[in-house]
Amino acid sequence: MIAALAFYVFAAILIASAAMVVTSRNPVHSVLFLILAFFNAAALFLIAGAEFLAMILVIVYVGAVAVLFLFIVMMLDIDFTQLREGFQRYAPVGAVIGGILFLELLFVFGSWQFAPEATALRINPMPADPTLTNTEALGRLLYTDYILLFQIAGLILLVAMIGAIVLTLRDKQPNSRRQDIAVQVARAEAVNLTSVPPRTGLGVLGIQRRKLPEPPKPKSLGHAGHGHGHDEDGHHGGGHH
Amino acid sequence: MEAFLTSPLGVLIITVAQTLAILVPLLIAVAYMTYAERKIMAAMQMRVGPNMVGPLGLLQPFADAAKMLLKETIIPAGANRALFIVGPVLTFILAMIAWAVIPVNEGWAIADINVGVLYLLAISSLGVYGIVIAGWASNSKYAFLGALRSAAQMVSYEVSMGLVIVTVLLCVGSLNLTQIVLAQKTVWFFIPLFPMFVIFFISTLAETNRPPFDLAEGESELVAGFMVEYSSMTYALFFLGEYANMFLMSAMTSLLFLGGWLPPMDIAPFNWVPGPLWFILKICLVMFTFVWVRATFPRYRYDQLMRLGWKVFLPFSLGWLILTAFVLKVMGWLPA
Repeated sequence: MIAALAFYVFAAILIASAAMVVTSRNPVHSVLFLILAFFNAAALFLIAGAEFLAMILVIVYVGAVAVLFLFIVMMLDIDFTQLREGFQRYAPVGAVIGGILFLELLFVFGSWQFAPEATALRINPMPADPTLTNTEALGRLLYTDYILLFQIAGLILLVAMIGAIVLTLRDKQPNSRRQDIAVQVARAEAVNLTSVPPRTGLGVLGIQRRKLPEPPKPKSLGHAGHGHGHDEDGHHGGGHH
Repeated sequence: MEAFLTSPLGVLIITVAQTLAILVPLLIAVAYMTYAERKIMAAMQMRVGPNMVGPLGLLQPFADAAKMLLKETIIPAGANRALFIVGPVLTFILAMIAWAVIPVNEGWAIADINVGVLYLLAISSLGVYGIVIAGWASNSKYAFLGALRSAAQMVSYEVSMGLVIVTVLLCVGSLNLTQIVLAQKTVWFFIPLFPMFVIFFISTLAETNRPPFDLAEGESELVAGFMVEYSSMTYALFFLGEYANMFLMSAMTSLLFLGGWLPPMDIAPFNWVPGPLWFILKICLVMFTFVWVRATFPRYRYDQLMRLGWKVFLPFSLGWLILTAFVLKVMGWLPA
């Protein structure tokens, strides 16, 4: 009874938030409703007993894909008045295209037939051994019966990933200064940790003065620029001043 | 009595009691963690730390909490009101619900589910939403920049964290947290998988936005990052969520690498100490390291942080994963 009630609650929220994804004006709200929809789909998986799928749905779609989505959409600078401007002009065109697509979908589903061989080949979704956990059952199916398809899917994704990197990778700019951490760390004189014995018997030391380089003297002002560089000794203690 | 306990009402009461039994100590621990952090950092920097409120300053957390509660909640005029509130609430809730699957002792978990590790990974990967929503809803430049940084950072470090967890799972052969702890009876995983342990710990630092990876709030450049516009209770929720997340990550480190509730050796003086106490001790050890790191290291620069995640940790953990699988296969140690 509770499971049925939960199912209807989650299903209702899922459908409502899916509708809000399409209808809300603000794209950030759309993405947030999309996340809510993913969540409720995960809850439906849980009710169906598919705990592994539920968790993977949350980790992959909510935890990674939707974050990147939100990341991009958040940065859009949207003018809502401009967004609403052409609505009445384009609405009929949009409605016609939508109607055609809807009719096509209807035709496709109306005449959809499974080949009898395919129906027979479909493997019973429940694992043969009821003591197996979800994860084990899925793993056995994926890595024994369908290992080839699994590997091909992985390769396709790899190609897509490499393609995306190749498309966006630019040559190094000649003027850009890049950090090479290994070189920086190997530089001996830049960072030296040495143990300096504290001087005793002088009391509290004052501010250390460093000898500043002589500023370049402008030719017209011969006597200017004498303000710095008086201290020959860089280690005046505070007590001496 | 037996019939009542298995009736829906009885189950509800037991679940609520179990939830309170884990959340109340957690929140008290969070309160005292703020005190402990200030005291430890004070000791490391040769200062005194909080010592005015109560004996040794022990009532300081409650004074802070009371101050937070009594201040006015300010919602900026340009902010998206609903989402502005949702951000901190989400952060806090996510930090709490993850504790449902943490086993404190053998059989002592509110929900001992088969996919416990995946649940933890899922919840921790959702943590970024609280920050991103808060940053966007604040309608402020600093908050937004903080949120963007945080989103990129958390997604980056999750990848290597996932690979580290897969390595542990290979050695266990189960996603159940209790099974993971029981598999460490002979040796705790941090010994054979030491590099993974280090990577996991550093990734948890990045995942919880702690120094040296606290770029999301980096006060010297972004004031307080995504939290700029928050005050009073909304700010307190972020604070509680962050510290509860630190406890969660410490608990995860203990479960995956430090043998959970198991004693270091199953011999006389050690196994007199009850399991939950060992678990708490280990969490405290990891928490101390969190504070220690904060007091020791300067903040990373953002490009260095990204480089560390993608160019160092990811290839290394991937390589170590393959190596582990290879060794387990060749030596015949793969769990059945």
